Amino acid sequence: MIHIDRSMVGLAAATLILAAMGGFVPDWLAFILTLALAKALVVQGVVLQMRAGLVSFGQGLFFCVGGYAVGMGGQFFGIHDAPLLLVVGALAAVALAAVLGLLMTRYRDIFFAMLSLALSMILFGVLVKSSDLGSTDGFNVHPATFFGHSFSNESYKSVLYLLTVFLAGGGALILHMVHHSGLGRIWEAIRENEIRVEYLGLSPRWLLYANYLLAAAFAALGGGLTALATGHIDPEMAFWTTSGEFVFIALLGGTAHVAAPFIAAILFAFVRTYAIEFTPHTWQMILGFVLLGIIVFLPKGLWSLVQSKRRAKA
Amino acid sequence: MKNIVQKSLAVMAAAGTLAAMPVHAAENGKFRVGVVTFLSGAAAGPFGVPSINGAKVLVDALNEGKVPAPYNVKGINGLEIEAVVIDENGGATKQVEEFRNLAERHKVDAVVGYISSGDCLAISPVAEELGVPTVFFDCGTSRLFEENNKPRYVFRTGLDAAIDNIGAARYLIDTGHKVDSIAGIQQNYSWGQDSWGDFTAAMKQLKPGVKIATEQFPKIFQGQYGAEISALAISNPDVIHSSFWGGDMEALVLQGNARGLLDKRTTILTCGESALDRFKGQATNGLIVGARGPFGAFAPKNTLSDWFHAAYVAKNEMEPTYPAYKMVQAILGLKAAAEKAAAGKPGTVPNKDALVGAFKGLTFESVSGTVNMSRANGHQALQGIAYGEYHFDKKTKKASLQNVKAYAGECVTPPDGTTATEWIKAGFPGAKCGG
Amino acid sequence: MTTFYAIFIDGMIYASWLFLVAAGLTVIYGVMRILNMAHGSFYAIGAYCAASLVGWYFSDFDGNPYLSYLLLIGCALVAGLVVGVVIEQGLLRFMYKRNELLMIIITYALLLILEDATKLAFGVDPYFTYQPYALLGRSDIGGLAFANYDLLLVVVSAAIGLFCWLVLNRTHIGKVLRAVIHDREVAVAMGVNVRLMFAGTFIFGTTLGALAGALTAPSISVSPGIGVEVIVLAFAVVVVGGLGSIEGAIVGALLVGMTRSLAVHLAPQIELFVIYGVMSLVLAVRPQGLFGRTLARKI
Repeated sequence: MIHIDRSMVGLAAATLILAAMGGFVPDWLAFILTLALAKALVVQGVVLQMRAGLVSFGQGLFFCVGGYAVGMGGQFFGIHDAPLLLVVGALAAVALAAVLGLLMTRYRDIFFAMLSLALSMILFGVLVKSSDLGSTDGFNVHPATFFGHSFSNESYKSVLYLLTVFLAGGGALILHMVHHSGLGRIWEAIRENEIRVEYLGLSPRWLLYANYLLAAAFAALGGGLTALATGHIDPEMAFWTTSGEFVFIALLGGTAHVAAPFIAAILFAFVRTYAIEFTPHTWQMILGFVLLGIIVFLPKGLWSLVQSKRRAKA
Repeated sequence: MKNIVQKSLAVMAAAGTLAAMPVHAAENGKFRVGVVTFLSGAAAGPFGVPSINGAKVLVDALNEGKVPAPYNVKGINGLEIEAVVIDENGGATKQVEEFRNLAERHKVDAVVGYISSGDCLAISPVAEELGVPTVFFDCGTSRLFEENNKPRYVFRTGLDAAIDNIGAARYLIDTGHKVDSIAGIQQNYSWGQDSWGDFTAAMKQLKPGVKIATEQFPKIFQGQYGAEISALAISNPDVIHSSFWGGDMEALVLQGNARGLLDKRTTILTCGESALDRFKGQATNGLIVGARGPFGAFAPKNTLSDWFHAAYVAKNEMEPTYPAYKMVQAILGLKAAAEKAAAGKPGTVPNKDALVGAFKGLTFESVSGTVNMSRANGHQALQGIAYGEYHFDKKTKKASLQNVKAYAGECVTPPDGTTATEWIKAGFPGAKCGG
Repeated sequence: MTTFYAIFIDGMIYASWLFLVAAGLTVIYGVMRILNMAHGSFYAIGAYCAASLVGWYFSDFDGNPYLSYLLLIGCALVAGLVVGVVIEQGLLRFMYKRNELLMIIITYALLLILEDATKLAFGVDPYFTYQPYALLGRSDIGGLAFANYDLLLVVVSAAIGLFCWLVLNRTHIGKVLRAVIHDREVAVAMGVNVRLMFAGTFIFGTTLGALAGALTAPSISVSPGIGVEVIVLAFAVVVVGGLGSIEGAIVGALLVGMTRSLAVHLAPQIELFVIYGVMSLVLAVRPQGLFGRTLARKI
């Protein structure tokens, strides 16, 4: 039994509008949106963990696994179908998470953050050492097919954009339901007070384990889409600054609603690209000030704008 | 207060949407060129800034029509050059995004840039897809035209990094240095790994039985090389080879020299020229340096290079190093190709296919002498390489190069159809090295 | 045998540098619970100030070369003080009620801003201020030459460590600080001026960061991005040793420094992983780091 609420209708509508927009926005804008939505999928995983009280500074690990699965699938294993590659990437990430999760779920707070960072940096190191995979230069991703159909250059980008929009929309819907399910509520309870959850006879550790796997799958999906869109992968995907950016976008949007990461990721992409264009020498500083401004004035993220408006109406 | 903030944020968001509207094509009667190079990060100082300074000097002079012949036509084909400058820092994904912005939002007529090999590899298929004439001026990866083996829009006026290391090996042998054992210290990333691979392979060909004493791969931008220097000193090699660049290279030379590492043996730095005037006697005399081609202090004397050197010094009050020359070479190549393509129709932007058609196999004059775009189906410049010894005069406090030896392009460049690695392993078949 | 000496001495030198870099970070975290991402920027600012001032001293001024060491330390202290006061008073003090996570992000935004601010102030050309490094010459130990400046750094680093420990454990301020570290709420209830303690700690921490940069400047080429490079290293050291513990930072630095030196000499191929490997191993065995205290779980 699925209860359909206003948010779900809104998400579905937003997905359709974004999909329709693909028809007439210029290619460069569609490309920025593709990358931003793919990144937002990873951020959804980070938010998922945040709602359970965990902050990962190493989500780049699974992002990178997803990306490399897509790249290597095409390069070495002759898999060229995009949806299949994405599934392979997600499965690979979940498999890795299933092993690492056994260790990671023992940690909380800053220790979880630091250990996740260390693990992701180890993958970075391994990739830098792998000259067959192009070391730091990485390698180019072969153009993929979609359910067996191949597309010309221009429609390829449009199809990829649509795929990203629907995956992002679908992912958001699922996460919205998860957040409002019993499991989602218990994750929040763990964040608030883990011991009381234990007293209720539940095992926070295994609940967090499930959370960790789900977040990994989302990260790999985002990584795979990013690899398909840019056509190139390199170990930078696992570097700690990449993971830091995900956390950043997560906090920028806020954790209150599944739509927040999308808004934040898109805003982040635009601020960055225009900052680079108008002040090529000081774009980092502009980015810093914008982010600082948002944190200082909107500590609960951009989504608090929407919330306060709703409250004002009510 | 909170209201004001919310309102201003809403305004900001609205402004963002407005700004996101497409900018219309460069119908302003200018030739629009995207210039991409490092403006921040560790590569900015040694490479990015000299290259952008070089671009500024040249573009300003071109727009004023002050460059000596054959480049005395104003701008490009009589059109003023408008440069859109982008920072290369931030990784390949971001660069692909920015390249698409350049092509589709700014509607540039061509792009010149890219230092990082990873960026070049990522940009190359995108440039082909979008059909934007793109000139790589510095990145050295051998994989560029091995992967993009039917290039159409992508050109490289800089040299393949394998040439640096083949040239380095030849220089060591030809100048009679003792080379029984060699050691390397490289930054642990593609550039360093590839450089060491090419150098050791070339040494094994030219001096069979050469021993590798130790190979160190510290993390890039580490800055502290105490342990590596000890390890190098203990292994006691005849030759130390390093592809370090920028701050890392200067730190290595400073720390190595302070500990006497460079005193009793030969050290060769493939990118050493960029710090020629910066070592200030902190490097040992006899240190062998290269400039990744006939650039910087190794540039030949001709009208163009004399003009550029004087113009650069006048504007920036320092000597131009090799990245500045390489950037200028890329822009000159682009200008030559565009004007050839638009022959007879001054004041127009040639269409892109005509431009790349004219660029293919082009021979043009540059600050480094005559450049032949004769490799990779006419998309890769063929030029020689030179090495020389660093000498610092304590009285004049000036550094100079001695025992400079140059190798022709045909001597150190693999022919089309074979990769650098294969060519070295096969013993450089077909290399023409002259006397 | 030479290798054995070399591993030990190289390890000591690297460890002392790591400690210098990490000390400020751990002090700030210990007292304020702020994991300061901008710590590397303070290091960079210190390095830039020192390099430009000492560079100017040698090129435009014909004074006693040994005075440059005073300049080096003096300008680091001034730079750290100024930057610390500006950031603490201008920004952070309004943020202390925010949670730990948001503080990380705030300092990350600071890092982005400071990164470009240093670039605007000092340009992107590397500063190569070798004089103080070259001046001291070298010593021969077991057939291997070492720079005296590096050896001196070991002594300086040890002195700073000792100073921090003494302040924390043998003075009145230290006692109060430990009270704040142990339980902030109770400390406030007992009449401790926590705001003042925070301001003092932050400024002390930034000054330590700037000092680390200034002391490193003569041995490297000071260029953009050096700050970002040291953050993760400093994090690793502090996490290994236990966040907020000075003893931990010392032991963490020694452990990481020695392991890295071992790797460079015996297995250079694995050098890239060593730091993260040590960090993962230590955390796997002791999640709170070697000297970290386990927090009581709140019910």
